[in-house]
This record gives sequence, structure tokens and C-alpha cells, in this order.
Amino acid sequence: MPPKDEIKDNRLTVSFSPHLHKDESVSRIMWMVVLSLVPAGIAGVAIFGLNSLWVILLGIISALVTEAALQVATKRKVSISDGSAFLTGLLLAYNLPPDVPFWLPIAGSVFAIAIGKQIFGGLGQNIFNPALVGRAFLMACWPKLMTTFSGPFDAITQATPLAALKEGKLIEHISYLDLFLGKHGGCIGEVSILALLLGALFLFIRGYISWHIPFTFIFTTGLITFIFGGTQPLGAGAGFGGDWLFHILSGGLILGAFFMATDYVTSPLTRKGQIIFGIGCGALTAVIRIWGGYPEGVSYAILMMNAATPIIDRYTKTRVYGA
Amino acid sequence: MDLSQLLTIFISAVFIHNVILSRFLGLCPFIAISKETKPALAMSFAVMFVITMSSIITWFIFRFLLLPFHLAYLRTISFILVIATFVQLVEMVIRKASPQLYRAFGIYLPLITVNCAVLGVAVLNSEMFFIDGKAVSGSFIYSVFQGVCLGLGYTLAMLLMSGIRERLELCAVPKSVKDFPLAFIIAAIMSLSFMGFNGFSR
Amino acid sequence: MKKLLSEFTKGIVKENPTFVLMLGLCPTLAVSVTVINGIGMGIAATFVLLSANIIISLLKNIIPARVRIPCFIVVIATFVTIVEMAMKAYSPALNRALGIYVPLIVVNCIVLGRAEAFAQKASVGRAILDGLGMGLGFTLALILICAIREFLGAGTLMNYSLIKGFEPARVFGMPSGALLVIGLLVGLFNVLKNRKG
Repeated sequence: MPPKDEIKDNRLTVSFSPHLHKDESVSRIMWMVVLSLVPAGIAGVAIFGLNSLWVILLGIISALVTEAALQVATKRKVSISDGSAFLTGLLLAYNLPPDVPFWLPIAGSVFAIAIGKQIFGGLGQNIFNPALVGRAFLMACWPKLMTTFSGPFDAITQATPLAALKEGKLIEHISYLDLFLGKHGGCIGEVSILALLLGALFLFIRGYISWHIPFTFIFTTGLITFIFGGTQPLGAGAGFGGDWLFHILSGGLILGAFFMATDYVTSPLTRKGQIIFGIGCGALTAVIRIWGGYPEGVSYAILMMNAATPIIDRYTKTRVYGA
Repeated sequence: MDLSQLLTIFISAVFIHNVILSRFLGLCPFIAISKETKPALAMSFAVMFVITMSSIITWFIFRFLLLPFHLAYLRTISFILVIATFVQLVEMVIRKASPQLYRAFGIYLPLITVNCAVLGVAVLNSEMFFIDGKAVSGSFIYSVFQGVCLGLGYTLAMLLMSGIRERLELCAVPKSVKDFPLAFIIAAIMSLSFMGFNGFSR
Repeated sequence: MKKLLSEFTKGIVKENPTFVLMLGLCPTLAVSVTVINGIGMGIAATFVLLSANIIISLLKNIIPARVRIPCFIVVIATFVTIVEMAMKAYSPALNRALGIYVPLIVVNCIVLGRAEAFAQKASVGRAILDGLGMGLGFTLALILICAIREFLGAGTLMNYSLIKGFEPARVFGMPSGALLVIGLLVGLFNVLKNRKG
């Protein structure tokens, strides 16, 4: 760490933060991630109806407007074409139930962009994933609206599989195939595992994401829910035989692990750091799902590990020679 | 005393009712000294040590001095005096052991005395684990354990925050929110994310 | 006369304990859920601040410099105990709402800070004005934060609901909302300051 006087001028800084050399390449990545999320969106709209399309559009538009307005107000270059605000709005909407009132995605996007991103100085400097900051804010403000889900193909309220599990209800009528295709209640963009995996595969093949975070994240969640998620949690014999496949296929795990935990800005840079990050996310998710008060913990887990990212980076980055 | 009670105290003290992010105890030094990891960690260890020791000492005072003689109303005065004495001791030790560290703390070391976290934990213990002037069973262990856990929570928040702020030093943060305001906002988001543990049971 | 007046007014804006000196934040954030709480806490802290300022400035020539901090703390703790007992007797509901933050006035940095930085060097008159001004500044800042949080978090002010159909954002009644509000307010203070200077 250089003495403070030397780092006043940001042009001279050699930082270990993401090295964003070319604006074009960053914006290219952002738009590619957006593209890879399109199938999940189509699936969500097909399953939950047109109202969810409005939620998605409102989320995106208000994210773009907030970003532009704040950049104009602080006299900076308006950069809404780089795709990052678009992606934030999209991801936030994907994390909402399909039948929320129209002002909810707007409030979430404004908070996500203003508090989650612009207050830190904009793209590349935010500590937390903005979309998840928006979601956590909405969860804290209007928990009831955020946890009322309508079922697939009709507007009848239905608990998500994870919520039903938490309340101890039987969920036998949902098969693994239903979970995989998305035929159950849930957030707009998280339900169709098939569509999400298609997008994730695209990102893998093009080399935009690596296996380290998603794989360790999902594996850890699966492992812990297998060990402790049985009928007698942490009690006699500590279970074994929890339904790990159910836990992997339900909730926001796939969406979170592939598209939100892998965010370049808010996750560690080194491979080692990314593995620690993924394990941390997975463990926290499983702990919240099994013992916590909320049925789902993916977004909180990622936020907590976002907070730990600078520390992880600090202790995993390669030592400078001679230092 | 049972294990699940201890686990509940642990999760509650470290995450849900985190001493800084939820109870706002020790917030002033938290905001002021969390700019770099090293002094932040040293400070947290000092606080953790003081909290644990003062949990022990104040429990004895409350249980064997104040309660039997019906002097519970002297709780605030007696607790703060004990803590002040103790901090003086810690201060002397650090000054001898590491003058460098001593300089890094600046004015914040004597301020551990008035660190609300230390007195807060002592008061909290005396309210949570004494009911109607009687110690609940296992109250000593609960008190000390709660002290340790709150100290851990303090250290966790301090470590995360200092890491984040060290990284932000390299960023072009808007001038008006630099330092204090942004530190509060980060603390707010951390507090939001710790809400994931709400309703923790078993 | 003008100088004396400035001892009183400095605490309200220029050296506002909350927004400028950033002291005594713990109770500010913890109790500022409703305006009633804020007023109660403000009065309690102002009483302690004023009384401690008076006693310490009276005793300034008697207290030896080396043990001054413990002496200050004993003086402050005495007045806090008085407040605690009075509140328990006359307003148990408020006492419950403020909880452990009443005894914690002892370690409120504003009180010790004023004793150390001002009262031990000042005449009684000036110490009184300083205590009143700082107390008022603290109370006003507290009420401002309380009003914002109560309105956004519960949709009410002084327990009267204001707008029908407003879906209160409950986060503002929670700890994270408190941190958010104080962060944004201090940021706003800075924006105004930068624009002026």
C-alpha cells in the first residue's frame, strides 16, 4: 500500500481493483450478460404472464433514468449505453415476484443505482452488487409485497417451494422436472433453471465467466443442505440425506451463482479468492435456508461476501516481489 | 445452560444484533478508525479484550455487591468506574508494548473508556441475565459468552469496513460523500445484508 | 454580549454535535425511531450536559489535571443516575423505549467532550450557555432524524398518520435505515458546505 500522498492522483494509481482499460470491452461484457439473461426473461414472462414484462421494463427504464439523472447532476459523462445500469435494472426485476405493484421495481432500481452504485463513484467502484442492494432494500421495506408470489399460469397466490419447506408444508406435488422447467411460484427470473443454464453456458463458452465462483457456490450449498437439511436439522445424528437437488434447483441459487456472484466488480480477482468467495456464498445460503428465518438466503449471502471481497483480495493477492 | 442457547446468543450477538451495525455501540471509533485494516484490527482486539474482561468483572460486582446490598441504582456509576480503571491498564500495556500502535490510536485509546460498546455490554448483561434482582441459571457463562460474541461482532464489522475503505481510497468517490457519509452508507448496506439472519432459530 | 451569544448558537449550526462534530452518534441512531423518543432523549441529554458543565466549571480549580477524566465521569454518571431514576418513576414507557441508551448517556462523547474541551476552562456563565447550546443542537438534530425516520418508516409524525395509502418503507424504522439517513444527511451537509465555500 503506497503512502497516502502518492495516491491522491488517481491516474498514478496501480490498483488491484478490476483493471478497466477499455470502456468498449466492459460495455461488451455487460451487454453479453444481458443477452445471456434473455431466455430466463422469456421463460418468466411465459410462465407468469405479461405483468412480469412490465415489471422488467419498469426496472430497466428507471435504472437508466436514475443513472443518467445522477450523472447529469454531478456533471459527469452520461454513460447509460455501457449496459451496466441496464443489467442492474434487469437483474433487480428478475429478483422480484411477478405481481408486484408498479412502483416497487421503480423504488428498487432508483435505490440500487443511487445508493448501490453512483454514491461510490459509479461503475467499477461499487463494493456491493447494486441489484442485490436494491433487492435487500425492498425486502426490508415491504417484506409482504416481496414474498407474495403468484403461481405459474394463473394469478392464484402460491408459496414458493422453499417457503413451503420452511413452513413445514408438504411439497410433493412439485417434481424435479417442474423445478427445472420453472413450473412453480417464485421470482420472475429465477424459476426456469433450463433457461438460466442456457445463458450460463453461453457465458462459459465465450469465456466471460469462469467456473470458480458458480461451481463452488452451488456445490457448497448442495453439500451443506445434504448434511444438515434432513428431517432432523442439527439434532440427533445431524441428518445426512437432505434433499440437495431440491435446494439447488429451487430459489435464486442458479440465477445468483452464475449471474450475480460472478460480477467482476464486486467479486475477488484471484482464483483462490474466487473459490473462497464461492464457498462463503454457498455456506451462508445454506445456513440461512436451513436455520434462518427467511426461506431464501442467496442474495444476502452474496451481499455479505461482497462486503468481505476487499479483505479476501487483500489476503490472496500475489505478494509483490521483495515486499 | 444449554448449547442451543449459546448458539442463539452467538448468532444474535455477531450478526442480528451486531454491536455496531444494529445497536450502534462504539460507532464513533468505528467510523473514525476504520480507514486502514491494521489499526482497525488492533483496536477491535483491544475492545474485545476489554469487553470480555469487563463482562466478567461487572458480573461479579452486580451479583455479589450491588444486588445483595440493594444498590442496583449505582449500576451505571460503578460499572463505568471499573471499566475506566481497566482501560487505563490496557492503555499502559499498549504504550509499553508498542509505541507505534499507541501513536496510531491517537485519541481513541482513552476513548475506549467512553466506548459505549463496553459499558453497553455490561448493562445489557445485567438486564438480560438477571431477572427481578436474581441471576438466571448459567448467567455468568451467558454474560461472558455474550461479551466475547459481541466483541467478535465488533471485530467482524471493523475488519470488513476497513477492507472496504482501504479499497475505496483508490477510487474516485464523489467529494461530498467521501469518508464519513460513505462509511455510514456502507454500514447501512452491511446491516441490510446481516438481516438475512433475522429470525434465526435453533 | 455578542460573544456570549455565540457560545450559545455555535452548538446549533456551526459546531453541531451530530452533523459537524460527529459526536454522540450511538443514541442518535438507536433511539431515533419516533419523534417522541427523540424529544425524550434530547431533554435527558441536555439536562446531563448542562448540569455536568456547571459542576465541572465550578470545580475546575479543584480537580487535579491528572485524574480529571475519572472525576468528570463520576460527575456525569451521577447526573445520569438521577435522570435514570426520574425517568423510571415518572415515565416508565419512555424509559422502556429508550432502554439501555439512558445509562449510556454516561459514555455519550458529547458530554465528556464538552467537559474536556470547554467546561474545564470556562467560567460558569459560558459553560451554561455552551451546555444549553450543545444540548439544543443535539436535540434539534435528533428530532430532524427522528422526523425523517418516523415519517418514512411508519408513515406518521408524533404518532399521527399523515398520508392515506402511503405504504411505509419499514427499513427506516430499522438500524440500517438509521445509518442510511445519517449518511445521506451528513453528505447533504457537505454538499451545502462545498457549494458555499
